[in-house]
Amino acid sequence: MVLRSESAVAVPARPLSRARFRIKEGTAFGWMMAALPLLFLVAFVGYPFVYGIWLSLENRSVARPAVFVGLGNFIADARDPVFWQVVRNTFVYTIVATVLKAGGGLALALVMNQNFRGKNLVRAMVLLPFIVPTVLSTIAWMWILDPAFSVLNWFLVHLGERPPGPSWLGNPYLAMGSVIFVNTWRGLPFYAITLLAGLQTIPGDLYDAATIDGAGSWHRFRYVTLPLLQPVILIVTMFSVIFTFSDFQLVYVLTRGGPANATHLFATYSFDIAMSAGQLGRGASVALAMLPALALVIAALTLYMRRRRW
Amino acid sequence: MVMRGGWRVKLLQLWLPLGFFLLFTLFPFYWMTVTSLKPNAELYNTQMMPLLLYHPTLKHYVDLLTQTSFLLWTWNTMLVAVVSTAISLVLGTMLAYPLARINFPGSALIAFAVAATYLVPQPLLFIPMADIINRMGLGDTLTSVILTYPTMLVPFCAWLLMGYFKSVPHELEEAARIDGASHFQAMWRIVLPLCTPGFISAGIFAFTLAQNEFLYALIFLTKTDVRTVPVGAIAELIRGDVFYWGQLMAAALLGSIPVAIIYSFFVEHYVAGLTAGSVKG
Repeated sequence: MVLRSESAVAVPARPLSRARFRIKEGTAFGWMMAALPLLFLVAFVGYPFVYGIWLSLENRSVARPAVFVGLGNFIADARDPVFWQVVRNTFVYTIVATVLKAGGGLALALVMNQNFRGKNLVRAMVLLPFIVPTVLSTIAWMWILDPAFSVLNWFLVHLGERPPGPSWLGNPYLAMGSVIFVNTWRGLPFYAITLLAGLQTIPGDLYDAATIDGAGSWHRFRYVTLPLLQPVILIVTMFSVIFTFSDFQLVYVLTRGGPANATHLFATYSFDIAMSAGQLGRGASVALAMLPALALVIAALTLYMRRRRW
Repeated sequence: MVMRGGWRVKLLQLWLPLGFFLLFTLFPFYWMTVTSLKPNAELYNTQMMPLLLYHPTLKHYVDLLTQTSFLLWTWNTMLVAVVSTAISLVLGTMLAYPLARINFPGSALIAFAVAATYLVPQPLLFIPMADIINRMGLGDTLTSVILTYPTMLVPFCAWLLMGYFKSVPHELEEAARIDGASHFQAMWRIVLPLCTPGFISAGIFAFTLAQNEFLYALIFLTKTDVRTVPVGAIAELIRGDVFYWGQLMAAALLGSIPVAIIYSFFVEHYVAGLTAGSVKG
């Protein structure tokens, strides 16, 4: 770990008077420094956020005057069967992909936490799916899952499957399975590397002590590794849930939400409504429908990080 | 006997699962490479073993570089990523420094807001943002993305840098202050130079995030000459139902190489950025 721990650098208590002097005089400097970036964030995150809420209350199409409709867009969402399909899709996508990424990531982290030659090289290669631009790697997956020339189907057909083999992106269930699989491929390294870093902070003597007390490998994992890794698992999972729940790129490239809306998520559906159909207000209302679930996770994670970090 | 058992255990516990995960991770990259080097006759021949390469050709690369605006897209992507990373490092430092080192009224609230901002996903903001960018007259300009990428990158950089800033002992700064340095001088000459690893981590991470961005680029950049690689590939190498697979794979590979190279030089810093916050070193 390059990152130095805060606790490694002990800061002895300072005399109160000097500390107070610095606080007062530091306030001006602090605000002077923070003012510009704060202004920027208010203008380009705060304002769009509030403006988005306003948009969702309007009937606004491209090149037409806006009409205030109150909760009209949300009522339209509630009556739209596709919207409810999108809700279901997003939850299935998020839950299944998160479980696969967390389970697989933990497994990979445990495998990599052993001593072997080429460890650093392996770690660097394992992270590749996560660093390569998602759209570009998803294009490769599109070709792997191609209806006519899928390399998977070449093998399946040669193993006796009826040609042309499964339509990975054409069948609603297989399409959902495929986008979840590709999301897992991309996100698993993040879990693995972060959990590996977590594993490396667990002191070896704890395992020695457990072994002396007669713990087998399962018990060492269950009663030493897992409890000590739990905070890391929690943070990584919450973090990944936020970005899986609001995923756009992968589904947009792979299926555009199809077939027959079977893989539409909140983000892709609101994009379709706002950008393709030009209904900004309705689109904004679909995007905002993500907020309750997201806000819950964001608030929990922010509080948790704050407690640990600040 | 002991040696043999150890070897078997190692195979089962280490090499087999590791091999499986590496195959899972790297196969798409192998497939990208092989596909980009195949002539069309081979690419669309289902009789041939697809994993092998019989007549490698650079035709798709030549076509990509001469018949499309790929080089321009690459330039655009680099320019946008570098400029927005630089902006984000400066603004992130300005935000993180006082939060990490000065306990002034309101700092806790700001810190909370920054963390929350970092976690607000783009799809929540893109529709109002599209309208705002349009009204500012910035559609189809690189300025639109250079201005909007830092909305994700500034909170991230601030959040990451805060940990580094906090780790510098107050005594160093106080010594400088007693010697007559101003707050700014103490920061510029003493604290920031000690946090170089933090700047590298934040910079590398922000750079890859900027290269990866797609949604804003897709909405704001609709003309060929301002597009970034991901948007260019999706919008112009797929024409209707016609997929130029060879060129698409060449573009995917070439587009990934800059990030991969920079990443390979700074893996440690990247990992530090990745795990900051979730793992206390």
